[in-house]
Amino acid sequence: MSIPEIAFDAVIIGGGGAGLRASLQLAGAGRKVAVLSKVFPTRSHTVAAQGGINAALGNMEDDDWRWHMYDTFMGSDSMADQDAIEYMCKNAPQTVYELEHMGLPFSRLENGRIYQRAFGGQTRDFGKGGIAHRTCAAADRTGHAMLHTLYQQNIKAKANIFSEWYAVDLVKSRNGGIAGVIAINMETGETVYLNAKATILATGGAGRIYESTTNAFTNTGDGPGMAMRAGLPLQDMEMWQFHPTGIAGVGVLITEGVRGEGGYLLNKDGERYMERYSPQLKDLDCRDFVSRSSMMEMREGRGLGPKSDHVLLKLDHLGEEIINTRLPGIRELAKTFAGVDPLRDPIPVVPTCHYMMGGIPTNYHGQAITVDNDGKDKIVDGLYAIGECACVSVHGANRLGANSLLDIVVFGRASGIHVGERLVEGLDMPVASRDDIDAAQVRLNRWNTTTDGESVEVIRAEMRKVMQEDFGVFRDGESMAPGLKKLEALQERLQHAALKDKSEVFNFARFEALELDNLMEIALSTARQANHRTESRGAHSRFDCPDRDDSKWLKHIAIFADGRMADRAVNMKPNEVEPLQVKEREH
Amino acid sequence: MTEAQARKLKVSVYRYNPDKDNKPYMQSYDVDTQLVNGQMLLDVLHVIRVDDPTLGFRQSCREGVCGSDGMNINGKNGLACVTKIVDLPNKITIRPLPGLPVVRDLIVDMSQFYRQYEKAEPYLQNDQPAPAKERLQSPEERAKLDGLYECILCACCSTSCPSFWWNPDKFLGPAALLQAERFLIDSRDNATEERLTALDDAYKVFRCRSIMNCVDVCPKGLNPTKAIAAIREKLIQEGT
Amino acid sequence: MVKVVTSLGSTGLADWIVQRFTAILIALYVIFMVVYFFIHPNPTYSEWSTLFSNNWMRTCTFVVFLSIIMHAWVGLWIVSTDYLKHLAVRLIVQMAIIFTLLGCLVWSIEILWGL
Repeated sequence: MSIPEIAFDAVIIGGGGAGLRASLQLAGAGRKVAVLSKVFPTRSHTVAAQGGINAALGNMEDDDWRWHMYDTFMGSDSMADQDAIEYMCKNAPQTVYELEHMGLPFSRLENGRIYQRAFGGQTRDFGKGGIAHRTCAAADRTGHAMLHTLYQQNIKAKANIFSEWYAVDLVKSRNGGIAGVIAINMETGETVYLNAKATILATGGAGRIYESTTNAFTNTGDGPGMAMRAGLPLQDMEMWQFHPTGIAGVGVLITEGVRGEGGYLLNKDGERYMERYSPQLKDLDCRDFVSRSSMMEMREGRGLGPKSDHVLLKLDHLGEEIINTRLPGIRELAKTFAGVDPLRDPIPVVPTCHYMMGGIPTNYHGQAITVDNDGKDKIVDGLYAIGECACVSVHGANRLGANSLLDIVVFGRASGIHVGERLVEGLDMPVASRDDIDAAQVRLNRWNTTTDGESVEVIRAEMRKVMQEDFGVFRDGESMAPGLKKLEALQERLQHAALKDKSEVFNFARFEALELDNLMEIALSTARQANHRTESRGAHSRFDCPDRDDSKWLKHIAIFADGRMADRAVNMKPNEVEPLQVKEREH
Repeated sequence: MTEAQARKLKVSVYRYNPDKDNKPYMQSYDVDTQLVNGQMLLDVLHVIRVDDPTLGFRQSCREGVCGSDGMNINGKNGLACVTKIVDLPNKITIRPLPGLPVVRDLIVDMSQFYRQYEKAEPYLQNDQPAPAKERLQSPEERAKLDGLYECILCACCSTSCPSFWWNPDKFLGPAALLQAERFLIDSRDNATEERLTALDDAYKVFRCRSIMNCVDVCPKGLNPTKAIAAIREKLIQEGT
Repeated sequence: MVKVVTSLGSTGLADWIVQRFTAILIALYVIFMVVYFFIHPNPTYSEWSTLFSNNWMRTCTFVVFLSIIMHAWVGLWIVSTDYLKHLAVRLIVQMAIIFTLLGCLVWSIEILWGL
């Protein structure tokens, strides 16, 4: 069956911060770009980021991007690529100034400069100078301010935004690269092939594989799912960040900025327990560590509630002035979802799935990488990945707070620059065969034609339950092995599930089915890699293998859809500075 | 939800699927709050969707910050994800946002709303070369943006505004005017004069009759009427 | 950009100012009349015609009539553009409004100056 084709210089899939930043770079240079977004761009989940964006501006005290790089590497439990974090931290100040010039309404200091707050894992002088204030903030709505600013700039640059278009699958080119994508106009149901010299995946996270998550309904890992089905690998999928402060029972995020401003966690005895686990950084230790500490408190019966299932985040001592000017959004969320006013009462919180450190492996230009049969890295022609769906890897085994907003704009920009340069050099439009275009529609056709079968809803609920129970903050080989078996059975069932509603106009049941295919790929990769990595590092913490083992596991691991894995070395060669030494984290 | 609080809701929802319906109709669903996993109206809609996956509505962040799930709830516009079930009566009527064309069920075509937003030129304009670092702005100047920049473009305000219903193509509507004021008042923007000139026709600003439905419904607690008054004041100062 | 012909000024601002300004004049006139009726609860014909024999009273009354007409035109123009989306219908109604208002204006001159 033949479908309409449209050709572009670049097609960007995802209208969040990363996608819009890349689009701005290219549209501003007069390139023919299309941004596909399954929601109107300002509804993308960047909008929910709260605390801020890290950059060593030095507005509060002396700062140095090398210190930022050091913290990022230590936070990653030595698993971030040093060339990538060097690029990110070095370009951070320029990237933030650009956002400011675009109009982002950062909070300000008396001298008119951008306000910066303390955040987890941020230190001065290579960990020796105490806590750093490096996180540039627009009150506690930094992501909202950033996403709207970027969208506004895209209006100014007259970018082509395909709002409410859903990307189904990547189309392979004759030379083995990527030639574009099959997408559906959600309003009409029409299927179109978008052919592009560069296809940039910017689809964000996939936190919806878990039952309890800070992520939006739309965070379903569409980019990584598409990459896997195109025969490309994902990497480090066992590394999922659990944010220490999601509102108990709801999952809504409460920013680390609360602790950055001076808030802290309490157990049922009213003890500030982080002082015990982390005498130096206390509540501002890395997220993986704080989450594990909270989980230990709850496991040992010092949590609150009849089931000891949450702890408290106290901030009333900060006073009305600070809360209303620096944390107004938090106050609103706490009142709405937890029924408490943080001016008086602490907020019930619990570690909640928040961020996918893994994703599509890329270099720091955003070019997607695969591993060939000889185990060598190979750049995938025509494909880029940026933001949470990518694994550059700047976060390694654990991301520092406020490095994700930085990641999306730095690498959104970098990919835009790189694609722009390559277009100037003269990039040919990749050609796909009719078979390749048809192949990318097989999955869609399967959903459209299957009439009898299980519902998506049931399988999704079971998948999320397995992930929550067997692949949470603490993991154990004994439960992960059966967990993986359960997921494999669910994947098999999903192949035979059916869609009842086959209508064309805004058929969300169809999109949720397509999304579940992606979620399942991600859940399975996570389970396989979590079983495979028999050590504890960063966010991956196993009772049965409690120690970090650099001799065996200081490496990235790529995984293909069939479960095949390939090791990739962690980059220890920054371009300008001396390599950072691998060492154990101190608390 | 405990059993003592268990309620039987009667939810009447506006349905229209252009693939098969000639005209819209209201469909009624019975929902037992014990089956609802959550405290918000959006969670009720999820229960309905388990049995009837054909019901279409937009959603994303489920915490009132993305602005996807604006709808008309018992006659008043709001976001389903931050509308608490306890604050609603047992009989709930849900319709799409008024004044915009319905595409399917609770999904409206928002292009007119977005076009008006774009007409407000919602981006910083400054013809001076940017400094190497940030443009300076005092905390007092920055504070003027509070109450303006937080808009989530959910369209609850504009679609509750009679002036917008009558002239959706000419009156900019409260949401767009809030953004117009956000850039007029930003100390870093120096296109004030051009902005004011562009706003001064018989419709764009002046169709606001201070009905204040926008203020009443805004889920973020913003005050577009106040912003419109501020624009008007600037126009008067400019004009005299 | 569609620059729709407005009633009096070329911009929304002018219309808005006209409406507010005329409203103030009308309000002042109403206050004056209330005070007058308070002092003269049941004015005789001679009292009433004495009042209007003053040229300043005639002029002021005429200015207020004019204000009412301008005020009404701006208001009705807005209402008609809000509710009457059919161009021909709207133009007919607007012409009718204009003739009625102008008729009232001429009539007011006749009443005040007895031409």
